[in-house]
Amino acid sequence: MHHSTKIDTRFEGRPAAPSVTLEQVSFAYPGDQIFRSLNFTVKGGQWTCLIGPSGCGKSTLLRLISGTLREGLSGRIHFSNGNNHKGLTAWMSQKDLLLPWLSVVDNVCFGARLRGEMTAKKRSMAMSLLEDAGLGEYANVLPSSLSGGMRQRVALLRTLMEERSVILMDEPFSALDALTRLKLQDLSARLVEGATVLMVTHDPLEALRLGHRIFVMTGRPAKLSDALIPPGSPPRKPGDPAIISMQATLLERLEGRDNS
Amino acid sequence: MTFIRPIVILFGLVLIWQAIVLVTGVPAYILPGPMSVAEAALSHTGPLFEHAMITLLEIVAGLLIGTLLGVSNALVMIASRPLKRWLLPVLVISQAIPVFALAPILVLWLGYGMSSKIAMAVLIIFFPVTAAFYDGMRSTEPEWLELAQVMNAKPMAIIRHVRIPAALPAFASGLRVATAVAPIGAVVGEWVGSSKGLGFYMLHANARMQIDVMFAALSLLCIVSLMLYFLVDRAMIKIVYWQKEGNKKEDSHL
Repeated sequence: MHHSTKIDTRFEGRPAAPSVTLEQVSFAYPGDQIFRSLNFTVKGGQWTCLIGPSGCGKSTLLRLISGTLREGLSGRIHFSNGNNHKGLTAWMSQKDLLLPWLSVVDNVCFGARLRGEMTAKKRSMAMSLLEDAGLGEYANVLPSSLSGGMRQRVALLRTLMEERSVILMDEPFSALDALTRLKLQDLSARLVEGATVLMVTHDPLEALRLGHRIFVMTGRPAKLSDALIPPGSPPRKPGDPAIISMQATLLERLEGRDNS
Repeated sequence: MTFIRPIVILFGLVLIWQAIVLVTGVPAYILPGPMSVAEAALSHTGPLFEHAMITLLEIVAGLLIGTLLGVSNALVMIASRPLKRWLLPVLVISQAIPVFALAPILVLWLGYGMSSKIAMAVLIIFFPVTAAFYDGMRSTEPEWLELAQVMNAKPMAIIRHVRIPAALPAFASGLRVATAVAPIGAVVGEWVGSSKGLGFYMLHANARMQIDVMFAALSLLCIVSLMLYFLVDRAMIKIVYWQKEGNKKEDSHL
């Protein structure tokens, strides 16, 4: 997949995206065992999709990896290039989480502002990202004047600005209409190429378009299926016959595990 | 229209006032008509203005100090859990003491001058400002905090860049309430013991049966309070500049 030189230079000189390994991970909310001795590896530099019914623990898994959730965790989560959560992951959620008081470009630079690392260079990097995503003219307006799809695009750019090699996505496109969703999926696939991505989704088609590997998560404590590996490289065309036939398989797996 | 409406309301109120005076035939030493009050105001412009300035100064000083204290208190409570556990009960207990009952004590301690009135105003507005700002910071969208955490932000940076701006709308409503009640503190302070201010002037006029002057002072107090409220309201709209626009567009993207 081709992408613009501007973005290429950003990824250059960055260490190869690490894989994330969960070893014997158990986690419980009070009185509710979500995971028991879960083993799972998110392959480095690939896009991994997690699909499953709501409330099965997908988001919890992302929070455990990002390090925002620690209480009640046992087992080991480590990154192949180090073992600390801090500064390794970026997070994108279903809500765009744009701060209404910051302009679009300042929202894209939010991480740098928070860490007191704001520089002219960061700002121009954000500007070129915005232009690349077709949002250049909106850089200085407040998020409230953007449409839902545009806001989520800004959220994607904010995630990229973090320059983290592991990107965690929690149903990032599920609040969008079908067409906007397809476009944003393509844009994301282009921009995050090379990073390790773990995306939670409800949408089998989305998983099949974007995932190098797809896992179905079901049950309580939650279990993961074997990896489903669609042919070709993402982003795949929505009309691809291979995708259509695999969608049936994926749905069967989702249902099959539910019944057992 | 926004300009005309308050004038129409004011005019209507004065009309009702005049109608009550006419219909009930109430004597002027109980309720003077608007015309005689206006006359009294015109013939006492000098002292009215002088006393109004004193009261205004007390209210503004009270607002500034009270807001400053309220904001810092809320910040301390948000920044430090252990301190919050100590401060919150103290705050609640302090609200159990009726502030009016403290007025004589404050005058006793701080004297007949302005400081006791300022202290009254501070005591009255401290709580609404603290509570509004603190609640605003505490109820910040949890996912914003989570995002900031993943971004490796230090706790102080999260307070500065996320919690404080997120709490500004709540702070603005708290400050509006404070502006509305601050004059009560100043005037009660003046009633209890002073030789200056509109509250004092009202008592003074009352004792001399100058009921029209008393009403003139009362009207002036209303005008001062309204102007102050209007100014603060304007400033608050500026401070939460994103809110108005946000509300308008809210439904278009959700």
